[in-house]
Amino acid sequence: MSFINYSSREINCKIVYYGPGLCGKTTNLQYIYKRMNPESRGKMISLATETERTLFFDFLPLSLGEIRGFKTRFHLYTVPGQVFYDASRRLILRGVDGVVFCADSQLTRMDSNVESLENLRINLREQGYDADRIPLVLQYNKRDLPQAATVSELHALLNSRNVPEFEAVATTGVGVFETLKAVIKLILIDLKKGGR
Amino acid sequence: MAQGNFILHEKEYRDFQGVLKKLLSDSYGKVVFLVDKNGTLLAAAGETEEFDTTSLASLAAGNIAATGGLASLIGEKEFSILFHEGERDNMHLSVVANRLILVVIFDRRSSVGLVRLRVRRASVELERILRAVDAGSKREEEDGIEELTEADIESLFK
Ligand SMILES: Nc1nc2c(ncn2[C@@H]2O[C@H](COP(=O)(O)OP(=O)(O)OP(=O)(O)O)[C@@H](O)[C@H]2O)c(=O)[nH]1
Ligand SMILES: [Mg+2]
Repeated sequence: MSFINYSSREINCKIVYYGPGLCGKTTNLQYIYKRMNPESRGKMISLATETERTLFFDFLPLSLGEIRGFKTRFHLYTVPGQVFYDASRRLILRGVDGVVFCADSQLTRMDSNVESLENLRINLREQGYDADRIPLVLQYNKRDLPQAATVSELHALLNSRNVPEFEAVATTGVGVFETLKAVIKLILIDLKKGGR
Repeated sequence: MAQGNFILHEKEYRDFQGVLKKLLSDSYGKVVFLVDKNGTLLAAAGETEEFDTTSLASLAAGNIAATGGLASLIGEKEFSILFHEGERDNMHLSVVANRLILVVIFDRRSSVGLVRLRVRRASVELERILRAVDAGSKREEEDGIEELTEADIESLFK
């Protein structure tokens, strides 16, 4: 649910990075934080365990300039990927406008990717969303690792909706902004349609 | 989508602002702000420069969401009021009409009893405005975002 403030002429949208534990969701936000012009981003908040695993969420607010006289603000969140944090994932999905599903390309992580994607669909439905229509992009992360599945394998396994997909190495930033732009575009197109 | 967009117009925005200003002075608070349950800041009053309101809004929403999760695990609907006591500043969070979060930060010039009392009164006003917001959302938008073109969207990424 986007928030449109006609008084301060602002549009606020919420983007959630979803995916299995250790796939690189937090790393995406850290890279965006590092590379964005400080005027365009706020503080990054990470509610994490001692070992840097996301405990509740990461939060990064961006403001990306104006369209049609409206300031656009995007609130980026990551969920905790570890399976047993499901209750928290459900809370963070509330009010989401677009989802980045971050998959781990390593062959050993294929089951976790599938499980996490299924978990996303279940949790979206539980929040009253149509899991087949919500703005979604896929990111195949960790392309730098030697035991990575091929993109066509990942596509066959995860992209049945045939949404935009991107290869990424979040640690060095490859594909990170491409992914972000794609989801923002889908959200704005969805907003424009207004047919919710 | 689960819900329609939340659209706030000039009038209701000013009304929100008015209620917050009054609450601020009635409760002797330092800062008062109104957040939606998704963590977006709607309005604020008081010493806002002193605080990172964007972060506060997101964490307040996370706080309410987490305690709401706890509540449902023990069969409660929601903990609609939270109070955090600090050494210097205190924070009072309350849910308004199941959708908004009203946050008051205050120090020893005020008290939790007073804040609670004033918050209750302000909440009634906020609910009334919220009903107007809902009615307004059904109106047609003139200079609306519906006219957004592909080129507009592209321009964000130049
Ligand atoms: N080699 C490689 N490592 C990566 C890449 N992206 C992230 N990592 C590493 O993977 C580990 C986990 O990354 P995080 O971003 O914390 O993972 P997460 O998805 O947030 O994990 P949870 O918070 O548990 O859900 C870190 O050590 C990262 O440096 C990548 O593209 N390539
Ligand atoms: Mg993380």
